[in-house]
Amino acid sequence: MNIQEPIRTPKFLDWDELVQEDKVHRLIYTDEAIFQEEMRKIWGGVWIFLGHESQIPEKNDFIRGKLGLRPIILTRDSGGKIRALYNRCTHRGSTVCREDKGNSKSFACPYHGWSFFNTGKLSGVPWPEGYSCDFSESKFNLAQVPHVKSYRGFIFGTLNLDAPSLETYLGGVRAPLDEWLDRHPGGTVAFCDANRLKFNGNWKLLYDNSCDGYHVIFSHRSLLAMENRQKVGADAAKGMAFYKNSPDNGPMFLKYFGNGHHYKDKRPALEKRPGALWEIEGPHPGMEHYEEKLRAKLGARADEVLDLASSEPININIFPNLHILGNHVQVSQPVSLTETDTTWWGTSVVDDNDQLQGCADDINALRMRTQESFPNFGELDDLMNFEQIQIGLTAEEDEWVYMHRGLGINDRITHAANGTIIAPSTDEVFLRETMREYKRLMSVEPNLAIKRDPN
Amino acid sequence: MKRETPSQKSYYVSDEWYQSLVDGYQDWQHPEAEITDLNTRDLVRRLLEKEACLLDETRLDDWLALYVPECAYWVPASLNQGDPRKEIAVCFDDRRRLEDRIFRLQNDFAWSQRPASRTARILSGITAYQSKYEEVIMVRSSFFTTEFHDGDWRKYTGWYGHRLRKSSENWLIEVKQVNLIDCDQNLRNLSVIL
Ligand code: FES
Ligand SMILES: [Fe+2]
Repeated sequence: MNIQEPIRTPKFLDWDELVQEDKVHRLIYTDEAIFQEEMRKIWGGVWIFLGHESQIPEKNDFIRGKLGLRPIILTRDSGGKIRALYNRCTHRGSTVCREDKGNSKSFACPYHGWSFFNTGKLSGVPWPEGYSCDFSESKFNLAQVPHVKSYRGFIFGTLNLDAPSLETYLGGVRAPLDEWLDRHPGGTVAFCDANRLKFNGNWKLLYDNSCDGYHVIFSHRSLLAMENRQKVGADAAKGMAFYKNSPDNGPMFLKYFGNGHHYKDKRPALEKRPGALWEIEGPHPGMEHYEEKLRAKLGARADEVLDLASSEPININIFPNLHILGNHVQVSQPVSLTETDTTWWGTSVVDDNDQLQGCADDINALRMRTQESFPNFGELDDLMNFEQIQIGLTAEEDEWVYMHRGLGINDRITHAANGTIIAPSTDEVFLRETMREYKRLMSVEPNLAIKRDPN
Repeated sequence: MKRETPSQKSYYVSDEWYQSLVDGYQDWQHPEAEITDLNTRDLVRRLLEKEACLLDETRLDDWLALYVPECAYWVPASLNQGDPRKEIAVCFDDRRRLEDRIFRLQNDFAWSQRPASRTARILSGITAYQSKYEEVIMVRSSFFTTEFHDGDWRKYTGWYGHRLRKSSENWLIEVKQVNLIDCDQNLRNLSVIL
């Protein structure tokens, strides 16, 4: 017998209807009005990753960026303070900065020549005798994101006056982030150009995928085959091969921390010893030469150093736009309802105290190549799948997107006392919890504000 | 000790090799170094046109046969090209990784290429320059590549910097540097070989 589903019209912005325990409505990916609400309630209301301190190391350095869709300038001002200025002239609204990056003490608006210091203050207006107003009023200074804070080099901003502190917002996800940073000399990295990708799909499709261990052997089937095409004899399986067979029965797991943050840890599938990471690296340009060179130079210590050129097998996902995976820092940026940029910043090792005995350049030469692999041979297939979801979801009558893997199975998911949730690596609990948080954020009006420095 | 081929082991991608790559791609388009010999110019033009044609026809194994064993395919992510030891590139493939790339494209499960793209390239302004090594010449050309993929049109444009190496009577490609005019922007599904 055929089962017929009547076609219904969902109640608009009824969040209990749109986001349920086991499924979400297609409208959250396809509706323009919901997207506009997200730009306010999420991309204005929570801490958003804006940039890394290594992108603006010196006073007066700046990069151009976005907070949601708002054009901003992230700068280290002439006094050394990091600010996120609205890239919007207070006269008639033109952008005042049109370069992606640079070093400048001030920004002059190309339209009528108003100019601003990089503290946001108005520095001058052409022919002021034609004005009767008092230009020392702060309303003529550039607007700024009221809260801008760094966590170990990662700069975040929010418009929400009631936002918790950045530390509190990050919460439990700080632990894997700290571990990821601490494996590097000096506990830090520098951004060093990027693999810049984009896809025609809603930004959430990327976030939904970020902790997904279910898709790996299907979506990345060509990469898995590629990484192991030359495998001979007893060589360890390379790359993502630890997803083969039944990944749920292995030691990998995922963890949900609250506030939409989660991470997947593949390290338990590896032996805990120096060199274990390097051993499972797939083939990369120069690896044999540099390995030989580093072994000759460092002897027994080479394994530990080579691990720094290897991808750290974790995914750390900080809601809504920051992902750390392998050695990349992946940042996502909505462009429109159905278009998203995803920039995979490469990171390099900074070894100011020579902890690597002069080998940092060699490690970086290797590390650049290990990092290019996944965006070239893996991510493109995911992005195509996201685009095809966006197309599938245009089917209006077929309403639901399911995310119930693991739901209702006894003993599969552990709720720890501190509120974190631990599950097997293919579980969709991270998605259900993120959607619960999304629903909470979308159901309330945040207390947003801009600020302007007084004169 | 017998070393395996560059298809299996990547020993040639060394510090020295990177350095010669970076040096060779610096400041090479001098008018006085332009090659005017018609025979060489014709060989170079035919090689580049052949290459474009094989890529458009996705005859990737034949395409790779135009390259010396110790080769590179390099798509910088910055306009000044940078030093690939210090910067991520859009693509930076040695021989083995190029074979990986081809293997993946020929695999039925590379979803970004299902259905497969169709491309058409236009090359122009092919100009060859003598390098300081007799057996190496550098070639600049402009390209415009149109891609049709699953109902969508995309375009890639910029200039190629080919480094060619003499091998017996022929010229083969040692390095192909692809300079996209939008190399520092977010690119959608760049899964074809440029
Ligand atoms: S809009 Fe900027 S000076 Fe007029
Ligand atoms: Fe993936």
